[in-house]
Amino acid sequence: MDTIMNLLWIALKILAIVLPLTISVAYLTLAERKVIAYMHSRIGPNRVGFLGLLQPFADVLKLLLKEMVIPSQSNRYLFLAAPVLVLAPALAAWAVIPFSKGLVLANINAGLLYIFMMSSLSVYGVLIAGWASNSKYAMLGALRAAAQTVSYEIAMGFAFVGVLLAAGSMNLQTIVLAQSGNILHWYFLPLLPLFFVYWISGVAETNRHPFDMVEGESEIVAGFHVEYAGAGFALFFLAEYANMILISAVASLLFLGGWLSPFEGIPLLENVFAFVPGLVWFVLKMGFFLFLYIWLRATFPRYRYDQVMRLGWKVLIPITLIWIVVVSFAVKFNIGPWFNQAGV
Amino acid sequence: MSSIRNFTLNFGPQHPSAHGVLRLIVELDGEVVQRCDPHIGLLHRATEKLAETKPYNQSIGYMDRLDYVSMMCNEHGYVLAIEKLLGVTPPIRAQYIRVMFDEITRILNHLLWLGAHALDLGAMALFLYCFREREDLLDCYEAVSGARMHATYYRPGGVYRDLPNKMPQYEASEWHNKSDVTRLNRAREGSLLDFIEDFSKRFPALVDEYETLLTDNRIWKQRTVGIGVVTPARALQLGFTGPMLRGSGIEWDLRKKQPYAVYDKLDFDIPIGINGDCYDRYLVRMEELRQSNRIITQCVEWLKKNPGPVAIDNHKIVAPKREEMKGNMESLIHHFKLFSEGYCVPEGESYAAVEHPKGEFGVYLISDGANKPYRVKIRPAGFSHLAALDEMCRGHMLADLVAVLSSQDIVFGEIDR
Amino acid sequence: MYMLANYLPIVIFIGIALLLGAILLVAGFVLSQKKPNAAKLAPYECGFDAMENARLPFDVRFYLVAILFIIFDLETAFLFPWAVVLRHLSWFGVASMGLFLGLLVLGFIYEWKKGALEWE
Repeated sequence: MDTIMNLLWIALKILAIVLPLTISVAYLTLAERKVIAYMHSRIGPNRVGFLGLLQPFADVLKLLLKEMVIPSQSNRYLFLAAPVLVLAPALAAWAVIPFSKGLVLANINAGLLYIFMMSSLSVYGVLIAGWASNSKYAMLGALRAAAQTVSYEIAMGFAFVGVLLAAGSMNLQTIVLAQSGNILHWYFLPLLPLFFVYWISGVAETNRHPFDMVEGESEIVAGFHVEYAGAGFALFFLAEYANMILISAVASLLFLGGWLSPFEGIPLLENVFAFVPGLVWFVLKMGFFLFLYIWLRATFPRYRYDQVMRLGWKVLIPITLIWIVVVSFAVKFNIGPWFNQAGV
Repeated sequence: MSSIRNFTLNFGPQHPSAHGVLRLIVELDGEVVQRCDPHIGLLHRATEKLAETKPYNQSIGYMDRLDYVSMMCNEHGYVLAIEKLLGVTPPIRAQYIRVMFDEITRILNHLLWLGAHALDLGAMALFLYCFREREDLLDCYEAVSGARMHATYYRPGGVYRDLPNKMPQYEASEWHNKSDVTRLNRAREGSLLDFIEDFSKRFPALVDEYETLLTDNRIWKQRTVGIGVVTPARALQLGFTGPMLRGSGIEWDLRKKQPYAVYDKLDFDIPIGINGDCYDRYLVRMEELRQSNRIITQCVEWLKKNPGPVAIDNHKIVAPKREEMKGNMESLIHHFKLFSEGYCVPEGESYAAVEHPKGEFGVYLISDGANKPYRVKIRPAGFSHLAALDEMCRGHMLADLVAVLSSQDIVFGEIDR
Repeated sequence: MYMLANYLPIVIFIGIALLLGAILLVAGFVLSQKKPNAAKLAPYECGFDAMENARLPFDVRFYLVAILFIIFDLETAFLFPWAVVLRHLSWFGVASMGLFLGLLVLGFIYEWKKGALEWE
């Protein structure tokens, strides 16, 4: 009886993560359209509901009611499994994200490793989708996805290593707490190159502009999901935006001190803003990164595929390699103010 | 194990960057283009044959629909050819008006090209910025001819009517409140010329704005520098004209080399590129935007000072005024004859070419003395550019194919005719 | 036991995530109309019939990238635990990872100079 109650309690907590996440995804799509619209000097969706606030629900409804086309030459089961395989890791990764102190579903020691694993897993769904569609544009998109994700994963992994060196733990809560003190203790400062590398590879991993080779609508139309319509497409869409939010969440946890207040350690302001819950700071930091995503999309031209690979291998990986060595020596010699606290 | 081989891909017509109805058969080795074979004809409307079955004046509207983003320039080529056969010269004011609208059209065309080119390379914002400015220019079209796109404004012997003394204004509605309307109407208080003058004052800053987004952008440069290079010699052999030729470094512009209308009285420069790649073609077109604006400024200045007739006074060719037609028997007969039977053109042939935004647009007419042409042949600028696509893309990647294609500024209306 | 209790929610989460995807997919099937026809079900190739099968073996120049990836990803796998305990390691521990990293960097430079990272 106890076990069942326990399981139910866990399921409830999971729903408490998944539901707000899904709603965030819905409003992220709207925010993206609105922000880009204003950057383009137009208005954006404003017909469904007040100021277009019901637009995401209209979109979901439309996508669910649309016919699901399963191409005759495709591999039926793989074709249908692929969107689920893309969505599942994008959601499951949220299990270890601490939203505030103690506010985490699974406080595991290998948290960062788990995130790393989940963000790598989603490429399989993309590959399967491209291959199962049996269409040339989808195939090209899937192959691009494979090479791109693989290349940027290394740079991302090395950026993680830098954070691990500094924090001495893979537990995300510990990593955040290691950054407490004041805003200067956040890792974006001592690990600045890794911060940039992480963010760039994060954008590349989610296949967002300017690295959206995988979809690249002016070249390969829609890439791996060109054959998907209706609910299948909706799942890819959901997964892409959930991944964006995830990358932003991890970026704020690792480099911007997660739920820590930016006014910590500043005499007067600290008390003024003490009432703000950590969750709010966390969400604000995520919002900053999400805005960056949108901003990039609105302004930059798209890279060419080989240029993306060159950036990954010849720029990002060397930078991370050098900075890992620098950081490990800094840690070993206890160079302050960042690397002199004892690890946990 | 089967061996690795090239694969063939259908690119277009159902493709976001096929620029209308282009169909390419692309042979790819991985992502590298080995061969690309343009298939045309999906927009063929037999414009030449249609023009041969109608009196001269009735085909002007078809010319608008050739290159449907540079409407009045097409008309200009056609009416010049007719005027050559008839041996008439339009009044000087009409020529200034034509030049001004040719340049407005050039800006329209280049803005569309810029937006589409940037969009093809992934820079979304430009597209909407360009369309914001196109809106104002299309308002000029509308003010002068009543149509926003297919104006049919140029006529043999002049233009359809003089420039209007007032601009249409916005009215408050569900979408524009009072303050919006005052802002939108600020430049529309005066005549069309005032409106154009206001635009030409604003425009250079806007071009700068576009350039800040692209010209020095690293990604933009990586995507365009060294892509689709054409040497000057090869550009000549391939029959390139317009910005494509000038991008390769050959200073050839019909406005300077064979001046028509009043281009010889105006002061402007011809930009040329150095390397003949997509980036140079981009720079050439950006500079042409500024030069066109310069020409427009000069035309506005002249037109403001020099009122006068805008069409010749020969009612066998140009329709009489409507008031006259209502009150005067002779004018009524003229009007009736002109719009039913048209006019007969002396036997002979003529070729007239204009510097169209995309290159040399020429119309070749043969007349057997009847009221319709015996033969019309149109020389579209884009056709020879498209023919060189294979050569320009070979060895580049699939994404570069898109860049090269859009840097050619292809419009299918004129290629398929 | 402590470990298991911590990992249980993750397993359930993965299960729920998969289930959610499946539910949405099924909902799409149930709610949508179904009027398939041959042209609709054909693979997309810009409005024309596909020229040939999409699953031809073709050169994508990924082979070397894939091999490089395996090496480097293994390296990250080694670096992760090392990075966590670096503070408690003796200099011998630092030096041995230094050696490992040095060898890999040498290999990386070799690949770079050999042109394995070039595209053409």
